[in-house]
Amino acid sequence: MVLLLLACLTVLTLDARGGTDSPVEPLRAAVGSVVGPVESGTAVAVRPFRKLGGYFGSNDKLREQVATLSAENSRLRGQVETQPLDRHRLAELDGLTRTARHTGYSLVAARVVAVGPSQSFSRTVTIDAGTSSGVRPDMTVLNNDGLVGRVVRTTRTTATVLLIVDQDSVVGGRLGSNLELGFLHGRGATSKADQLDLDLMDSSVTPARGDVVVTWGSDNGAPYVAGIPIGKVASVWSTPREMAKHAVITPFVDFTSLDVVGVVVPSGTHGDRELITAGGR
Amino acid sequence: MALVRGLAALVILLLAVVLQVAVFGYVAVDGVVPDLALLVVVAAALARGPQFAAVLGFVGGLLLDVAPPADHVAGRWALAFVVVGYLAGRVRQDARDSTLSALATVAACSFVGTSVYALTGLVLDDGALAAGEMLRVVGISVLWDLLVTPLVLPLLLMGFRRLRPPQLGY
Repeated sequence: MVLLLLACLTVLTLDARGGTDSPVEPLRAAVGSVVGPVESGTAVAVRPFRKLGGYFGSNDKLREQVATLSAENSRLRGQVETQPLDRHRLAELDGLTRTARHTGYSLVAARVVAVGPSQSFSRTVTIDAGTSSGVRPDMTVLNNDGLVGRVVRTTRTTATVLLIVDQDSVVGGRLGSNLELGFLHGRGATSKADQLDLDLMDSSVTPARGDVVVTWGSDNGAPYVAGIPIGKVASVWSTPREMAKHAVITPFVDFTSLDVVGVVVPSGTHGDRELITAGGR
Repeated sequence: MALVRGLAALVILLLAVVLQVAVFGYVAVDGVVPDLALLVVVAAALARGPQFAAVLGFVGGLLLDVAPPADHVAGRWALAFVVVGYLAGRVRQDARDSTLSALATVAACSFVGTSVYALTGLVLDDGALAAGEMLRVVGISVLWDLLVTPLVLPLLLMGFRRLRPPQLGY
């Protein structure tokens, strides 16, 4: 008993002190490469059963859905009709940036196979693409809606992704309306709505409600590439003690129903998976 | 024979950990899932006593610490489960035969396990939340564990009793 307690403490100190080159890392890698494929397999086996709930929609619910969808449809149609102008301008700007920076990122598609439980007080998921598909640590992970997180650890067939709502996660963000920079901290909370805190560098700026926050980007696109939408400003608050305003951000991504995600890899990466490139090439 | 028994226990643990992260995520309440690995350790304690359970707890906890989605300092769950295995093993004389006391043991162990884990997080400054949030998570996880206990614990107990080495009569 005492021996085991001591062993626990030894592992704790080894890992806490060691940082990235801690002696526990090889163990992690080994267990990861064994457990990862098992998790992938289980997730694949269970996936069909998740859809089962969808078959039991009541009539009322379906009607309601039709109503909301047609409303949304007409709203979107309105938007589309007013958009050609914006789109032309955007296309021009896009062309400019593309010639200025001939980077062109590519995506590797992956599915979420395991979700870290909240008992661990951290928000991580496992995806079923690893080093064999060209995924490396410190790569950006996103999905249709926006930024999901970054890769922190990989095995051959799986990768662990730290979600941006984890409290260890800090993302550089930029306000869409006035390009002000700030830092987004995850709350790590398990409360119903996942939210992020935004601290702006310029204390005189007050973010507007509904303002969109995108990633600011870092050197070589690691860990975050620039310009990925993160979320919307939900509320702004300040304390008399501090000068700066704090904003609460509601992320675009629904972290409780993550499924297909994309990992941003340098274009030209070779792996066992098809790359998705910007131009569809 | 001892090796086979050890392997069987390891397979049960592995199964519990994989189910916990890959399957139960879909039914999670606020991200909290039933702690199957903890139930395995408690069942081992009730069937076999503190020594065996503490060892199993160490292995299971370490597995939970290093298996893929985990990103915290390794050894935190191991410490929590060693404590849980030992405690549950100590009360097994009373808890073995009555359903109610088995449930109480599970609840207490779930509370102690998750709390020890949370407290090490505070000490190591690794993913610590506000106390209120932590208590909420601990509460939900206790409820979850109690909910799945009637479904899982009898099976596990049966399994671990079968794994028990033949004892000499005296």
